[in-house]
Amino acid sequence: MEIQKTALYNYHKNLGAKFVPFAGYEMPIQYKEGIVKEHISTRTHAGFFDVSHMGQFFLEGDETLIESLEKIIPADLKNLKINHSKYSFLLNNEGGIIDDLIITRTEKGFCIILNAACKENDIKQISQFLKDNHKHLLNNNLSLIALQGPKSVEILDKLIPGVANLKFMTGNNFDYEGEKLYVTRSGYTGEDGFEISISNNKVEKFIDYLISNKVKPVGLGARDTLRLEAGLCLYGHDLNEKINPVEANLKWAIAKKRREVGGFNGWETIKDLLAKGSEKIRVGIKPDGKVIARENTKIFSSENNEIGFVTSGTFGPSVNAPVAMGYVKSEFSEIGTSIQLEVRGKKYGGKISELPFYKKSYVK
Amino acid sequence: MSEKKFSKKHEWVSLDGDVATVGITKHATEMLGDIVFVEVPDAGKAVEKEGQAAVVESTKAASDVYSPISGEITEGNKAIADDPGSVNTDPEGASWFFKLKIKDKGEYDSLMSKDEYDKFCKENPS
Repeated sequence: MEIQKTALYNYHKNLGAKFVPFAGYEMPIQYKEGIVKEHISTRTHAGFFDVSHMGQFFLEGDETLIESLEKIIPADLKNLKINHSKYSFLLNNEGGIIDDLIITRTEKGFCIILNAACKENDIKQISQFLKDNHKHLLNNNLSLIALQGPKSVEILDKLIPGVANLKFMTGNNFDYEGEKLYVTRSGYTGEDGFEISISNNKVEKFIDYLISNKVKPVGLGARDTLRLEAGLCLYGHDLNEKINPVEANLKWAIAKKRREVGGFNGWETIKDLLAKGSEKIRVGIKPDGKVIARENTKIFSSENNEIGFVTSGTFGPSVNAPVAMGYVKSEFSEIGTSIQLEVRGKKYGGKISELPFYKKSYVK
Repeated sequence: MSEKKFSKKHEWVSLDGDVATVGITKHATEMLGDIVFVEVPDAGKAVEKEGQAAVVESTKAASDVYSPISGEITEGNKAIADDPGSVNTDPEGASWFFKLKIKDKGEYDSLMSKDEYDKFCKENPS
């Protein structure tokens, strides 16, 4: 398959981006200033991220669309209000996570934001449950821009008046340059911010405006350090088809009503795990010193028994220390439990830590 | 102190009598990005030419630092282990990685000069 490029590819190039192949796309990993500066400027001012590789999947249909989607998504879609969003998953028959996603109720149906690497399979999985009168479209004519950081609201509201009134995890249509944009207040950094769905032919002009307001471009490198400090999962690393939402410590994302009533893929397994707990569970991990425990680092108990593994690990520029997430046997998951991390054959001390590592400042 | 010589693995070496000082090049730091962890060897450790001697990690990944020359470590630079970011600011000066007592000056002589190294980097962009 030929590597794909987003509509902003040349724009990134002119900004001095270093590219890496990611999920079949040529994506900026960083720009001239580097990961730490991009990270810090997102936390202190605002940064923009081209996340147009992600799938923007639109569904339309009658009442039966909700029933269809609820078979594979454990959110309470019946009671999801128009322009409200939920974090949820696609689940397989064993309750494993096929993908994690944000689903928003639109006037005609739903919009689902899917991970780039998963989107084609996701659509296949969702389609199994759709009826002939349900329309769906993966819209490749739209770019998706995340604007994140404390100054995002001030900067975006000047250009698109009204976005300041959006609450976290809600969205709306706004006018921009003679067309409609869909803006949600959401993100993947632990900061206040927005995700803007905008047509490919207007996106450069929109980015020009952000740059004129000192918003820095941010690549995948800092996107990863930001999300990890915020305790957010990265699909393919912290989540996969063999991990279910209870193990992933994400049971909060399964609607209460649906936990009881079920009717979705994997419910039997999940119901069972909700009652008796899972054998392993996702936790935050803080190495004691400066050593970085990266993905696949083995975790040992203080008695030297192997108890788990790291799924994401890096240096957190705002925490100013290494941070990680991983899975441990549930009896070792209590906050403050001393553990050992095996890095390059040597064991280093660490502790099970609260998530997030960096406190969020969402506008609710 | 002798002129700096360079390896294909992006280390530099300078020589003072039979004690070599080794660090990573500015070019290497630019490829690595923000350096957030450094592990340097302890005095007394024997290293072989092109053997693993230290570790450097950026926000992106961990990399080994090789010794371009064989010998016995006399000192690891603890200052860079305490402040890894200093490697980005002064890689070819104060932020050296380790010193070692060398066995064979021929190994030093066979490394690249500054001009040769610059040419090598241009021809092998990564």
